[in-house]
Amino acid sequence: MSKPIKKKTYGLLAEYDSARAVYHACEQVRDAGYKVWDSHTPFAVHNLDKAMGLGPSVLPWIVFAMGMTGATLAMLLQYWTSAIDYPIIIAGKPYFSWQAFVPVTFELGVLFSAFGAVFGMLGLNRLPMWYHSLFNSERFLRHTDDKFFIAIEARDPKYDPQKTRELLERTGAAHIEEVED
Amino acid sequence: MSHAHDKPFVLPADQIHIPAGSMWRKMPIIGLLLGAGGLGGAWATSHGDSHAFWYAYLVAYMVFLAIALGGLFFVIVQHLVRAGWSIAVRRIAENAMITLPVMVLLGLPIIFLGAHDLYHWMDVAAVEHDVMLNAKKSYLNETSFLIRMGVYFLVWTGLSVFFYAKSTGSDGNPEAGIRAAHSMRFWAAPAVALFALSLTFAAFDLLMSLDPHWFSTMFGVYYFAGSALSIFSFISLTVVLLHKSGYLRGVVTTEHYHDLGKFLFGFTVFYTYIAFSQYFLIWYANIPEETMWFGYRIADDFLPLTFLLAGGRFFIPFFFLLRRGVKRNAFTLTLAAVWILFMQVVDMYWLVQPVLAHHHALESADHVMHLHIGPVDFLALLGVAGVFIAGFTWALGRKALVPTGDPRIEESVRFENF
Repeated sequence: MSKPIKKKTYGLLAEYDSARAVYHACEQVRDAGYKVWDSHTPFAVHNLDKAMGLGPSVLPWIVFAMGMTGATLAMLLQYWTSAIDYPIIIAGKPYFSWQAFVPVTFELGVLFSAFGAVFGMLGLNRLPMWYHSLFNSERFLRHTDDKFFIAIEARDPKYDPQKTRELLERTGAAHIEEVED
Repeated sequence: MSHAHDKPFVLPADQIHIPAGSMWRKMPIIGLLLGAGGLGGAWATSHGDSHAFWYAYLVAYMVFLAIALGGLFFVIVQHLVRAGWSIAVRRIAENAMITLPVMVLLGLPIIFLGAHDLYHWMDVAAVEHDVMLNAKKSYLNETSFLIRMGVYFLVWTGLSVFFYAKSTGSDGNPEAGIRAAHSMRFWAAPAVALFALSLTFAAFDLLMSLDPHWFSTMFGVYYFAGSALSIFSFISLTVVLLHKSGYLRGVVTTEHYHDLGKFLFGFTVFYTYIAFSQYFLIWYANIPEETMWFGYRIADDFLPLTFLLAGGRFFIPFFFLLRRGVKRNAFTLTLAAVWILFMQVVDMYWLVQPVLAHHHALESADHVMHLHIGPVDFLALLGVAGVFIAGFTWALGRKALVPTGDPRIEESVRFENF
């Protein structure tokens, strides 16, 4: 006989009926000082990041670094191939004709920026993610339909099963449940 | 998700009207004095050298014509795409646009007095001995030049007066505002075609024909790119100054700064794209009659100026304006706007003055291209600036600072970037 699986708690999940309700609830959770928590809405609610107290993303810096890397690599590659590894005179112009290399430099800068944006976004969101504890909740499935959620994780230092539940009740949650990890 | 939506929307009257007695209302007189002093001084300091005067005047004229035409472009395009964000700053562009009739007046001396000093192809005897100019005679001759300039001036005056009258005519009258908004959107479509054609050919006639052997199909777009950069800088600067003197607060917001900054950034990239394309194709094809235009711009004294253009038009504003915070801060946006307007002056100088320096170099013994920046250049710039500022501030004080009758003014004042 197998041992009974020890159940861990992921956190508390609060359900709201409207974007307005979840927006103001986020402000209260933010002001209560919680850090490891998230909100889930069926559509983008404008300024929800401010209500949650989220800072600016680091993604632009990743994109900038990638773009600069791409542009530099492109210029160096063309310089090396055309002026060092296999020098060949084209149209009587110098080996290192930087003018001719600008389009490729630009394109590779854009390409690397796009890579930085897409894969940086996936990485920062820890995607792809094959398992998420919140899907243990039957009600949570409606977050892609018509319900709004706040989930406060148990690993948040301020998390307390009783006090956190009371806070969520004060925010006007329509339903609160504990979700398994 | 702003709470402001619960309250009724009222534009604060003290923020959108400049009272008589304000410094802004004295600017038309000050501008006219500067204009008379500047242009008179430029004529005096040119010491009878009519070439020096007209070339300096053309540089100054093209700088401020770019702002006025940029204003027309801004107004037409915002109607054409039915933009909501821009309505709170549209009146500033309209006031810049309504200086076009004034710019037409300032353009008349170029056509009737300066043209023979500026344009080599007007010299009938010289054209006879020049195979290429002879071949271009059907376009580059005085009569068709006069007719074309007349058409541009009519188009610019007509379009600017039409959009200005429609917009100011519905101030404070939401009923008329709705009708005006529909009418302006309808006419924006033909207007943008007229604008594009008139600006392109005016740039050909006024600037490109300075060196009549050279040609570039990209040239009209080049002038347009500078024009768009100029108007976004000019609007940013005007808004910052109006904020400083206590107007438009809470009407034009950080969000509008952000969008103006985005346009400055976008058109910096656009300028670089078309300016490099123009250079790149000519460099690649390497045809003497085309390359010589760049040839004497990278010769001798003009090489540093060309580097300044490349660095100051692209590298500096591009990296400076990349960050979001820079576009949302009044101080950094002002820095960017002042720099871009300065580079517009450098750009026009770079387009016009090498032609004269080239003539002088060919006549001199050592064939060296000399860069002369003297009082005549500064005074001509000051003079045209004075007249432009007089026209602009006169319009600014005359009506409300925002189109109060526009049906979507509330949307514009409350808009946010996400």
